[in-house]
Amino acid sequence: MARTVLNQADITRALTRISHEILESNRGSENLMILGIPTRGAVLARRIAAMIGSIEGQAADVPVGALDITMYRDDLSRTRTRTPAPTHVPGSIDGATVVLVDDVLYSGRTIRAALDALNDYGRPRTVRLAVLVDRGHRELPIRADFVGKNLPSSTAERINVHLAETDGDEFVSIEGGAA
Amino acid sequence: MASERYLIRGAAPCGGETADLLLADGRIADIGPGLSAAGATVIDADGLIALPGLVDLHTHLREPGYEQSETVLTGSRAAAAGGFTAVFAMANTSPVQDTAGVVEQVLALGERAGYATVQPIGAVTVGLAGTHLAELGAMAASRARVRVFSDDGNCVADPLLMRRALEYVKAFDGVVAQHAQEPRLTVGAQMNEGALSAELGLAGWPAVAEESIIARDVLLAEHVGSRLHVCHVSTAGSVDVIRWAKARGINVTAEVTPHHLLLTEDLIAGYDARYKVNPPLRSAEDVQALRAGLADGTIDIIATDHAPHPVEAKECEWPAAANGMVGLESALSVAHAAVVETGLLDWADIARVLSATPARIGRISGQGEGLSQGAPAELTLYDPSVRRVFDRSDLAGLGTNSPYLSMTLPGRVEATFHHGYATVLHGAVQDAAAIEQAAREAIHG
Amino acid sequence: MRHLLSTRTLGRDEAILLLDVAEDMADVATREVKKLPTLRGKTVVNLFFEDSTRTRISFEAAAKRLSADVINFSAKGSSVSKGESLKDTAQTLAAIGADGVVIRHPASGAPQVLADSGWIDAGIINAGDGTHEHPTQALLDAFTIRRRLHGTASRGKDLAGVRVTIVGDVLHSRVARSNVWLLSTLGAEVSLIAPPTLVPADTSAWPARVGFDLDEAVDEGPDVMMMLRIQAERMQDSFFPNSREYARTWGLDDTRFARLRPGTMVMHPGPMNRGLEISSAAADSAQSTVLEQVTNGVSVRMAALYLLLSGDREES
Repeated sequence: MARTVLNQADITRALTRISHEILESNRGSENLMILGIPTRGAVLARRIAAMIGSIEGQAADVPVGALDITMYRDDLSRTRTRTPAPTHVPGSIDGATVVLVDDVLYSGRTIRAALDALNDYGRPRTVRLAVLVDRGHRELPIRADFVGKNLPSSTAERINVHLAETDGDEFVSIEGGAA
Repeated sequence: MASERYLIRGAAPCGGETADLLLADGRIADIGPGLSAAGATVIDADGLIALPGLVDLHTHLREPGYEQSETVLTGSRAAAAGGFTAVFAMANTSPVQDTAGVVEQVLALGERAGYATVQPIGAVTVGLAGTHLAELGAMAASRARVRVFSDDGNCVADPLLMRRALEYVKAFDGVVAQHAQEPRLTVGAQMNEGALSAELGLAGWPAVAEESIIARDVLLAEHVGSRLHVCHVSTAGSVDVIRWAKARGINVTAEVTPHHLLLTEDLIAGYDARYKVNPPLRSAEDVQALRAGLADGTIDIIATDHAPHPVEAKECEWPAAANGMVGLESALSVAHAAVVETGLLDWADIARVLSATPARIGRISGQGEGLSQGAPAELTLYDPSVRRVFDRSDLAGLGTNSPYLSMTLPGRVEATFHHGYATVLHGAVQDAAAIEQAAREAIHG
Repeated sequence: MRHLLSTRTLGRDEAILLLDVAEDMADVATREVKKLPTLRGKTVVNLFFEDSTRTRISFEAAAKRLSADVINFSAKGSSVSKGESLKDTAQTLAAIGADGVVIRHPASGAPQVLADSGWIDAGIINAGDGTHEHPTQALLDAFTIRRRLHGTASRGKDLAGVRVTIVGDVLHSRVARSNVWLLSTLGAEVSLIAPPTLVPADTSAWPARVGFDLDEAVDEGPDVMMMLRIQAERMQDSFFPNSREYARTWGLDDTRFARLRPGTMVMHPGPMNRGLEISSAAADSAQSTVLEQVTNGVSVRMAALYLLLSGDREES
């Protein structure tokens, strides 16, 4: 049985808060680049960039893109072949403050791969991490700077993130695990 | 010591009314219902068809020279397993069977092995090189009494040489068995030329390369009044040419292989070299035409073109692979599937195309005389009711290059008798030492 | 994908996936670091029984950009006997631990035999076998056509309605065969123009029109004119009288090139015989894709190597 932990309004509120926190920690939108990890991280990145734009006004058009990490995964020979998604990096990342965006932070391996991928595009000044849900169980020394919701979970449980752009409906739910 | 006597109970000779057969002193001593014979070994042949011992006009035994592929002993053992009591051994050995000495050696090897009569074929040209006539007369006059001459593997392409050979063998009632393949039209050829060869990128072996040689040869045979035999006819067009020649009264006979009656080129799509053979597997239309030609008598006989090769000759890329398939052990089952189950031939026809006619074309005595009282005890018992997956254990020669492995085929040879002794009994090929002993006794009485 | 042996058996979705992944690979070439860690620890063997420096270095670059270790094995001219060499070589490569084998062989079907043999468990990529197929060449041709037509919006698109004319020695060309199958699978309309001696006797099973008149084909205004390399030694075997007559009748000379629509792509798999099947003006024009084809070859081969060698081989 799936249990909804965030509805559409909760998600919007969480992203709004994250957008404000990003601006606060960066002291504005200067030098900022938002890169989402496909598929849903890229959607969230676009939303955050839009929110920052509307908070800061017309002048602040934050560059936003997608960073596919398929080629940098550490489990390529352990699962079936994965189809990569396009990467779009809007301009040079040298000296920029890059905010990586993903939907769920779990083992940290995806973010490790993203950091490696980023490295091949240039040398950002700072890299920050924003996630909609942090479910714990890190396997690498990685933490998020901006978190929509901390969601302690068991490894047997499954977190579903649905977003309007990719799934038609919008919610975060948790299902399975020991009853 | 008197030779063993066999009483075969309840077999159906050539698929007809059941009868008992008594084999004694190398002859069919009696045939009829309700026979009894004290001291004879009784063989229950209920449900089995008795056929006269099969005669293969086209076998490659490889000895001398290619003993890693097959020997006279192993090849004739394969023949016995397939119900054959006589095989004509093709001349492409090393040294080539182009002298009296070599053909007599092959004859002697066959006599000693004892599984079947091994009748050597003589080469038409020295070394199969297609330039000078071999000593046809010496081979004919030798102890091997060679009557069939063939450069098989190579075509006697030179028309003048072919004319001379056809004329020359008339002196001793010989026949030239032509491997019909125009060499210039088949340079580098790998498979039947058609839509599939275009797709697979394999050089084509066009039907016309066979048909044009047959057309030329039947006209030559007509012109010089000689007897011509066409080996392994493989195309619909060849059947037409031979049908025309026979209608014209030309003295031509023709053979078709079991594989050309059953298999089509589609099998080649995966480049599995087991299906590489010369002439190549053809289209389904060709297969239908060959079956029809056999049924209407245009094609006279089935001959195996048994061509054993060592494993490494087939475990390789297609163009590097050797041509040929082993066929003795599977011939009867394949003929059963291709022309009996399809209703084109009955078992009496099978006796004709696999025993009587090949023996007559090859002018061999003591073979192909049928299942009558007093005829030589050359016969085989075949169970037509079983179906089995053909596998390695069904192969009795050295070669394992059978295209039928893991195919389901009808029928099984249960017993074969040669000179009155059993070379195969209860489906098992008999021990070589015992057969050698039996052969010695049969010859020396 | 277990092996890449032919385009004959490649489905539309599979082909488009390959081309789309190649787009991602092409993007890598525009970055500061033109290398991906994806195949780190994998070994790719370039097993070439036939000389082809171009194809070999293209595969080598592709494998290296994916961080694979590359071993170049030139088997041509080695003394091993024909039949045994493929099996023995394959077993040697298996013993070395090759994960992928890129094979170029003069015998049609050799890659298929290798893939079916059980001698080696590696993923096999056909880099040209006899007169059979050359699938990565056709994929790079399709990729090139798609990019010229759709630019950065290429992903997911096929070649529906694109009219491609392939000219030259179709009989001996693995490039032509692979392109006939792939381009038609992707929805293109393929025509073949050749001297009648250089077309297979029976092309009834091919999804392509066959004609003999290059001028007519030029005037039909195709979207793509692909010229095949003609080997001069074909005239020794009387496939055509001499190279002058070939160039005059079946070559894309300046006059024919001038008659092409300005948008018609001129393709050639290389290496070119300038002045024989293609004029310098055509080869060096803005319509020519010859150099793009070379560049795209690396991307397409990266995609093929990625799709074959990543992922759990047991499950694929």
